[in-house]
Amino acid sequence: MADSIQMNVTRYDPDQDSAPTVARYEVPLRKDWAILDGLNYIKDHVDGSLSYRWSCRMGICGSCGMNIDGEPKLTCAAFLSDYAPGPIRVEPLSNFPVARDLVVDIGDFMEKLPRVKPWIVRDDVTVIDGEYLQTPEELEEYKQFSNCINCMLCYAACPIYGLEPDFIGPAAIALAERYDLDSRDRGQRERLDILIEKEGVWGCTFVGECTKVCPKHVDPAGAIQRYKLKAAQENVMAFLLPRGTR
Amino acid sequence: MTKRHLEPLLWLLFSGGGVMAAVFLPILVVLFGLAIPLGWVQPDYNHLHAVVSHWLTRLVLLGLFVVMLFHAAHRFRFTLYDGLQLRGFATPIAVLCYGAALVGSLAALVIVLTV
Repeated sequence: MADSIQMNVTRYDPDQDSAPTVARYEVPLRKDWAILDGLNYIKDHVDGSLSYRWSCRMGICGSCGMNIDGEPKLTCAAFLSDYAPGPIRVEPLSNFPVARDLVVDIGDFMEKLPRVKPWIVRDDVTVIDGEYLQTPEELEEYKQFSNCINCMLCYAACPIYGLEPDFIGPAAIALAERYDLDSRDRGQRERLDILIEKEGVWGCTFVGECTKVCPKHVDPAGAIQRYKLKAAQENVMAFLLPRGTR
Repeated sequence: MTKRHLEPLLWLLFSGGGVMAAVFLPILVVLFGLAIPLGWVQPDYNHLHAVVSHWLTRLVLLGLFVVMLFHAAHRFRFTLYDGLQLRGFATPIAVLCYGAALVGSLAALVIVLTV
């Protein structure tokens, strides 16, 4: 194995640059180093001005997502050696405006996420009076969808989100499904009102890239198809039943 | 109060057609595209004609063709929209795709009724 590998990293300072440029860095190629370790090496030893987000470096915080060789990845979970002999292309997540270098503006996602009320909705409880027990089967219902870490790789991978910025997006729908399937939740109706619209589930044309890139195996595409069925049933009812009975 | 949208109904046809196509189309293709032309099975003509003439067979075949045609139309519509970036022509594309499926469905109805 060679002892170094080249990383081609996108640099962009909106105050000075008219367009993003590519900077080339040589970093040590170590078997146990992830892309994120390479970026940290650059920041510590080569150029301290390089900007990127990271925190836990163990696939939990969801902040180090970037496009690696054009594919959205958590940089803490993608290893340098898997891209040898390089060079490795490191770019900010696509479909988001770039704030600086590899840092994207996630404001759009932060605005969309609370629209689907990704928390347990109940209005019949005013004081928490102990634990709300669930059977293992009830937990299993939603457990897969609860693994989402909001890393937004699915938004970077979704071609529809790129074309239609109004589309509420894969992670938001998967999280809506996560709470809908929770036996303690009563918020299905409120979420359906949001997701039944054109910008909700009907934006999706089932490309499936979101599920392919999800680092936590949440399967947003599956969640969206399940939600489409719910929304379609509701619509068929709207056609069949007269007003007022619904 | 749910608004009445058309998109979910089109999606139901697409979705149902996808399931039907996945389950039954391979059987029909193997039977009428390979097995019978290559002589693997030699069904009696009169027997086959009697099966197809039964109203239940006609109904099932018609249902299959219609949902599969709408499945294809839906998929083709989004391929044109997003694949070729033709969102500006959304309405004519939708009319063309579902119109073709409708014409195909009517043709299927005529064929199924007259065999």
